[in-house]
Order: sequence, then C-alpha cells, then structure tokens
Amino acid sequence: MLPHSYTTSETHMTEREQRSSNRPKDKRVEETVPAVRADDVAHKIDDLLDEIDTVLEENAEEFVKNYVQKGGE
Amino acid sequence: MVIGTEVEYGITVTNDPSFNPVAASAAIVNAHAHGADGMRWSYEDESPGADARGFTLRDVPIDETDSGLVNAVLHNGARLYVDHAHPEYSTPECGDPLEATLYDKAGELIMHRAVTTVNAGLAGSQRMLIHKNNSDGKGNSYGAHENYLVPRSVPFGDIVHHLTSFLVSRQIFTGSGKVGSEHGRPSVDFQLTQRADFFEEQVGLETTLKRPIVNTRDEPHADPSKYRRLHIIFGDATMSEVQTFVKLGSTSLLLLALADGALDEPLRLLDPVGSVVTVSHDTSGTSTLKLAGGEKTSAIDLQFSFFEVLDSYVNSGSVPHVYKRVLAEWRDLLEDITRGWRAVSDRLDWASKMSIMQGFIDRDGCDWSDPKLALLDLQYHDIDPDRGIYNRLVAKGMIRTLFSQDEIAHAAENPPESTRAWFRGECLARYPGSVVAANWDSLVFDIGKTSLVRVPMMEPLRGTRSLVEALLDDSPDAAALIHNLGDTHDRT
Repeated sequence: MLPHSYTTSETHMTEREQRSSNRPKDKRVEETVPAVRADDVAHKIDDLLDEIDTVLEENAEEFVKNYVQKGGE
Repeated sequence: MVIGTEVEYGITVTNDPSFNPVAASAAIVNAHAHGADGMRWSYEDESPGADARGFTLRDVPIDETDSGLVNAVLHNGARLYVDHAHPEYSTPECGDPLEATLYDKAGELIMHRAVTTVNAGLAGSQRMLIHKNNSDGKGNSYGAHENYLVPRSVPFGDIVHHLTSFLVSRQIFTGSGKVGSEHGRPSVDFQLTQRADFFEEQVGLETTLKRPIVNTRDEPHADPSKYRRLHIIFGDATMSEVQTFVKLGSTSLLLLALADGALDEPLRLLDPVGSVVTVSHDTSGTSTLKLAGGEKTSAIDLQFSFFEVLDSYVNSGSVPHVYKRVLAEWRDLLEDITRGWRAVSDRLDWASKMSIMQGFIDRDGCDWSDPKLALLDLQYHDIDPDRGIYNRLVAKGMIRTLFSQDEIAHAAENPPESTRAWFRGECLARYPGSVVAANWDSLVFDIGKTSLVRVPMMEPLRGTRSLVEALLDDSPDAAALIHNLGDTHDRT
C-alpha cells in the first residue's frame, strides 16, 4: 500500500525514458566507499526492521507528543 | 565559489517537565566550548551554564535575551551558538561543495560530542536528544540554510528568476521527507520535504514567518561592493552526504553559470508558491507545473533541463573539477528518481525514510497515521550514532556515504584550507588566550596594549593556508602576528 502521494504518469515515463536512452552514459564516478545496489535494499529491509525495533524510543506516542520545538529561521 | 551551511538542530530532553530549549541549547554550546577543541566565547563570565557537569538545566537562568551571547567559535572555523531556542552550527567558509558537505557533516559529530558531555551531567532519567531536522510535526519549523558567495555585479532579479524554479524543482532530491502535512496545507500521507508547507512568498526578507522561496537578506560579512552572500532558507537539513553534495553542488553550479553569463532566459513558474507544495506532496516528481507562458512541465523535467544546461556549461569552460563529480551524481539521481523511490533509497533521505516506513506498513499492517511512523520521522534524524536511524542504515551499508569517519573527525577539528576560515581557526589554535572576539569578517586580539587590535578579514578567499601559513609560522605569539601583519596587511 503505497502512500497516496505517489503518482505516476505514463506519458512522462515514456518521454523520460526516451531522453534517458539518448543521453550518453558517462563513466560512473569513483566512490570512496563500496557502492550499494538499491535493489539489495529491499532484501535487507526485514533484518533492518527488527534491528530498528530494538533502538526505537520506547513509547512512540509519548515521545512524539512530547517532541515540540520552537519555530526558528 | 565560497559555500557554507547553517543548521538549526532540534533539541529535546526526555522526562523534564520544565524543559527550557534556550537553556538546553546554551548547555550544548558551552559543553562544546569546554572540550579540548573549542574556543570559549569572551562572554563566558556572564553565562551561568558554563559548567556542563552536575547541573540540571532548569538551574540555568539564561533568558531569551541572553541567548544571543552564547556563542562559540571553533578551531575548525565554524560557529556554534544559540539561535531561536535551537543550537545552531554554521560551517566555516568552504571552497567547494564537497568541502562544504564534509563540514556540514562534521557539525553532527560536534553536536554528538557536546550532547554526550551534557548527558553525563543530567539527572537520572533525563536524556537530551539532538535531531538534524526541520519540523516537529506540530507546525513549528526551523531552518537549514545555504550560503553562496556570488559577485555583487550579478543583478539580484536574475538570481530570483533563475533560482525560483530551480529551488522549487530541486525538492525532488533535496527533501528529507515527512509524514503528513502542516501549516494548513492539503493532507498527504508522506511528502518529499520537511519545509515546503511553511513557504508562502516568492521573495522576501522574513525567515521565521511568511517564509520566501528566495530570501533577500543582504549581510555579506565581506566586501559588500564585491560580494553578495546569497542566503537560501528554502531547503531541508540532509543527513545523506551524497544528497547534501548534490544539493550544494547543483545550486552553486547554477550560480557560477549565472555569474558567468552562461544562462539563457530563466524558466519561470506561473505560480511558484503553489508549485512548492505541488512538488513536495508528490514523491514521483511528475505532477504538472505550469510555466509563466502556459507550457506544462514537472519538477523532474525542470531538473533535467537545468542539468542539460549546466552539463554543457561545465564541458565548455574551466569550472573546477569537483563539478564534474557533481554532474555525475546529479544525473544518476535524476535518472534513478524516474525509476521510483526505491532506486534512490540509498542516497536520498526522503526515500530511505520512506523505505523503512513502507517496510513497517507492509510487515505490521499499520497505516500512515501510526505513531510509530511519526517516531521514525523524528528518530531518522537523531544524530546519535547508535540510536539515529539514518546512522543505523549507514552502518548496515544501505546508504552511500562520501567520507570516512576519520575525514569527518578531521573536519570537526581543523579549518578548511581554501578560505579565510583557515586563518580564523589557526589563530584560535595558536594564540588561544589572545583572541578575544571572532566574527566571520574579523578577529580581535589582545596583545597587552591599552587597546585591542582588530584584524579585518573582508575577503573570504584570503587568509588561506597557502597565503598565510608562512606568516603564522613566523609569529610565535599574537603580538608577533600583529607586527608581521603590519608589513603584509593585504594577506588577510
């Protein structure tokens, strides 16, 4: 169930894919740390969710309720 | 190009019914100043929050009017101070967007060290948390500002027209994400940015209400006939280093091209303020935006247009090499955004945050109004290396970084070499007792004479390591420095 802010436009996708395939593929920039494939992210999510559960603040509702900031710039 | 960022951090203390954010922020600033690498501000005698150990925050009677005095200038040339009930970190002046990204990231380490010190002195169940975010989800927003040094000769109107559509559309890769909406905007489950809902004007001087997309503040802290410090308040604080780099890099590149006369007619939105929310509330970046002439476009299309123009500009001229890296990262982001948010969850805060939230929704069956997601929305930005969700993702190799921990630690303690920040940081380190005041554009020394000596630093590109290192090495104390400066006064 994706958030309802996520919309797609078929026409736009086609135009962008077109433009993308016309664009020369430059060499990927050297990275200082190993690249992470975004596809791998999905598979690691479940392990991660369990781990996140252990570090989340104890009472979500209370923490969120008490988190109030003054307006700044 | 000289670039710097200013970030107002969120601050809170658990289990403290009389929590005072001004006093808490002062404690952060003073905790840092007590560390080995901080210069204490000369007003310290008036600051009862000086001893971070063994006091409870409610004992610190710093009131709103005094908070402006709680101010530290750091050995890395940065400034750490209290602003509007937040601890704020302003980077030193940096010579390129990669350096600025590094020094922006160093701010989190500086905050972490300070909050660790404060927490050691807090009573029992109380714990102070610092968040690098821009909203409490309850209608209060605080800023992450970007500063770019632009030649004064560039007409401000040109800056406004080119920058407006750029800033509105860059939200697709500058946002740190937020659950829900605020400030009377239409409801939405999740949006790209924390700040979009709070912007109401196209151009203006305000920063705390009726916020403008393009801010007109004109306080260059430099030779005003030569320079404008463009002060951008329309952006989110970003944890992701790649994201910060592309944010600062693409924006500074646009300004370089503008100053060089390399841009054609600006792309002008019909309704820039309305477009801000249209863009932020759509994570695909494809919602229709209208240009002033009636043509239809979208955030992603606008960004591709900017990219193509700036790609040509870099390829045609002598722009610093770092901008080739900016282009490569920016292009990859734009192309991956068209593939959907999962493809950028390794580089963009909003997408990585959304991936975690979507994961909990899929696994636990909760919906977007669940307090757990609101908590994640905050805890993603906790700067704590162990509790902060962004930091956990980095530790698991799920978000790409640009810098090692050593590089970040180095930047937390040493100034950039390419700007006047080097002179500032080095003077603080070499002549600790003698610098009585430090500002962006001057240092004031006490060398034992009846009057103090002010050294103006009106040129951000002087006072660099290459220009002044020999001078400093020849000056064993501040008196010698002042004497030597008398002979070579134009180096600073």
